[in-house]
Amino acid sequence: MSMLKIENLEAAINGKQILKGINLEVNAGEVHAIMGPNGSGKSTMSNVLVGHPAYEVTGGTATFKGKNLLEMSAEERSHEGLFMSFQYPVEIPGVSMTNFMRTAINEKRKYQGLPPMAPTEFLKFIKEKRDMVKLDAKFMNRSVNEGFSGGEKKRNEIFQMAMLEPSLSILDETDSGLDIDALRIVADGVNRLKSPETSVIVITHYQRLLDYIKPDIVHVLYQGRIIKTAGPELALELEERGYDWVIKEYEDSLK
Amino acid sequence: MKPAQNYIELFKENRALVERGSAGVMNTLRDAALSSLARYGLPHNRLEEYLHTDVSKWFEPDWGMNLARLDMPVDFAQAFKCSVPNLSTQLYFLANDAFASSDRASKAGLPEGVFAGSLKEAAQNRPDLVEKFYGRLADMDKPGIAAINTLFAQDGYILYVPDGVTIEKPLQLITLLSSKVDLMVNRRILVVLGRASQAKLLLCDHALAANNYLTTQVIEVFAGQDSTFELYDLEETHTANLRASELYISQDAGSKVSVDNLTLHNGQTRNTVCVTFDGQGAELSLNGVAITDKSQHVDNMTFVDHRVPDCTSSELFKYVLDESSTGAFAGKVLVREGAQHTSSQQTNRNICLTREARMFTQPQLEIYADDVKCSHGATVGQLDDKALFYMRQRGIPQQEARMMLMLAFVGEVIGKVELEPLRDRLYRLVEKRFRGELTQCEGCRACR
Repeated sequence: MSMLKIENLEAAINGKQILKGINLEVNAGEVHAIMGPNGSGKSTMSNVLVGHPAYEVTGGTATFKGKNLLEMSAEERSHEGLFMSFQYPVEIPGVSMTNFMRTAINEKRKYQGLPPMAPTEFLKFIKEKRDMVKLDAKFMNRSVNEGFSGGEKKRNEIFQMAMLEPSLSILDETDSGLDIDALRIVADGVNRLKSPETSVIVITHYQRLLDYIKPDIVHVLYQGRIIKTAGPELALELEERGYDWVIKEYEDSLK
Repeated sequence: MKPAQNYIELFKENRALVERGSAGVMNTLRDAALSSLARYGLPHNRLEEYLHTDVSKWFEPDWGMNLARLDMPVDFAQAFKCSVPNLSTQLYFLANDAFASSDRASKAGLPEGVFAGSLKEAAQNRPDLVEKFYGRLADMDKPGIAAINTLFAQDGYILYVPDGVTIEKPLQLITLLSSKVDLMVNRRILVVLGRASQAKLLLCDHALAANNYLTTQVIEVFAGQDSTFELYDLEETHTANLRASELYISQDAGSKVSVDNLTLHNGQTRNTVCVTFDGQGAELSLNGVAITDKSQHVDNMTFVDHRVPDCTSSELFKYVLDESSTGAFAGKVLVREGAQHTSSQQTNRNICLTREARMFTQPQLEIYADDVKCSHGATVGQLDDKALFYMRQRGIPQQEARMMLMLAFVGEVIGKVELEPLRDRLYRLVEKRFRGELTQCEGCRACR
């Protein structure tokens, strides 16, 4: 079953064209890795998919679970089951984690025509998901991400992912700024959330995260286009040889 | 000078009437008020301290005043039939500027020796007590509204707490503007805290009818040695309301005073707060919130005078300005020569939600002592776009996310409110305000 189908997607920010025709299909149950050198458009792609208002889609289509993704607001995309783990999770002083999560969950339930979650049920749910990513209870009373360490912020992203139970999760450079222990906890959380009905897009510079979250398919993004797609062995090869050979191969093919 | 002249004439013609409706102690200051008004006039925007609010203009219309003290009945039960539990207060009412006895304002429950009630009555019955304090802090040697207020004020509210007495229950003074015609009211409040005494006072300023009102308010607070006082001044009037308030506080050694100034609904407002440290080791926490939209205007000016060593002042004012509303904040801190070990912190943060909203902020530090810790900061900005998007990605709709961010922003100030039930209720009030559910004067319903 097709989870996400992107065809010829083009996007710009501040008038500058970044994505120049992306084609990508992700099926339910699959894990895709998107790799590529700095400035190739990886973060733009994830931001466009989740509906960041700063980016302008200038062409192409994106279909999410059979619906036109590009017509939906950011919050609708979330309610439909799209999640992004931010490369730089945002601090929100004055908004407690509990309040934030309760609002998010209940807004989603409202969208689904369900009543708000009962307080006791909500607390149980929070505890279960916290345990999964080993996030201490004290964080729930703190403001969202405020004063969290780099590792805590990323664990908090996966905690939110677990709470919202998305069908498609985009992990945008989730490994950046993580030490090996935190990386393992985060990857473990992601793996536990995997099912035949859910998909993951892992955006990363390095092979490292892919040792823990095993991709089915690896793509290389370069100058706003996917220039190579292969199996998991591609990630290892990139780690070893860098991107130059893929880029050269691509440029030769254009000649 | 012209509007001031009109009021001088008005007073001269009606002096007997004014004095008959008041009390001797209050009448003794009228000559001084008269000469001050003649000398300085009413504060206008060519004065630096009134740059953003031309208060003198407010006085131009031919306002009616209730100098004859005609009974203007207000149905308090009707206005406040809703009673939410939790915050139980000792309740008092001012109808316009006259103290109104009400069944609910019983004396029961107040400790021995405490005097709370009509200022006029106190001035008649305990002139010795009032004379020592009335008009001693309000500064008539400068342009301001103390002069015109002192000239016309006939009644108001007094809270007197003797040495060593603690009033556990918060006192709540609800001032209701209610009349069939446009009205100017001159409200006067006097608070005297004896040595090591403690009290909390909540002022709720409301306008019941949709008439135009002009209120002058002068509050004088004497915080005795080692006393503790919390003052909450909550304005919830409407767009046709004009309010000029001056709050004077004198803090004796070791006293702790906290002031929260909350403007949730208003027309044009100017609040001036002057605090002087008259004894060492005193602490002041001075905070404010203003939430405005339409063409509302809020101008808070604070002056903290560190005259003696070892005192601490911290100030936090936050504004959220929507539509074409305007805000102004000027915070002056003066650390005089010899006021060593002063610790002073001032923060003013503002959010303009639209391109039309305007904020003017002016921190001002004057330091003449060398061993002090002073800081100030002011910012004007918008809601954090990154936070908004983060919240929307998690499924929180744009409107709700904005609401949460605004609430979080002013929540920092409300979080400082020590009275827990009041704090909870203020959160709820502010939330309602942001949701646009609070049109006018629901304040006390929600906060009772």
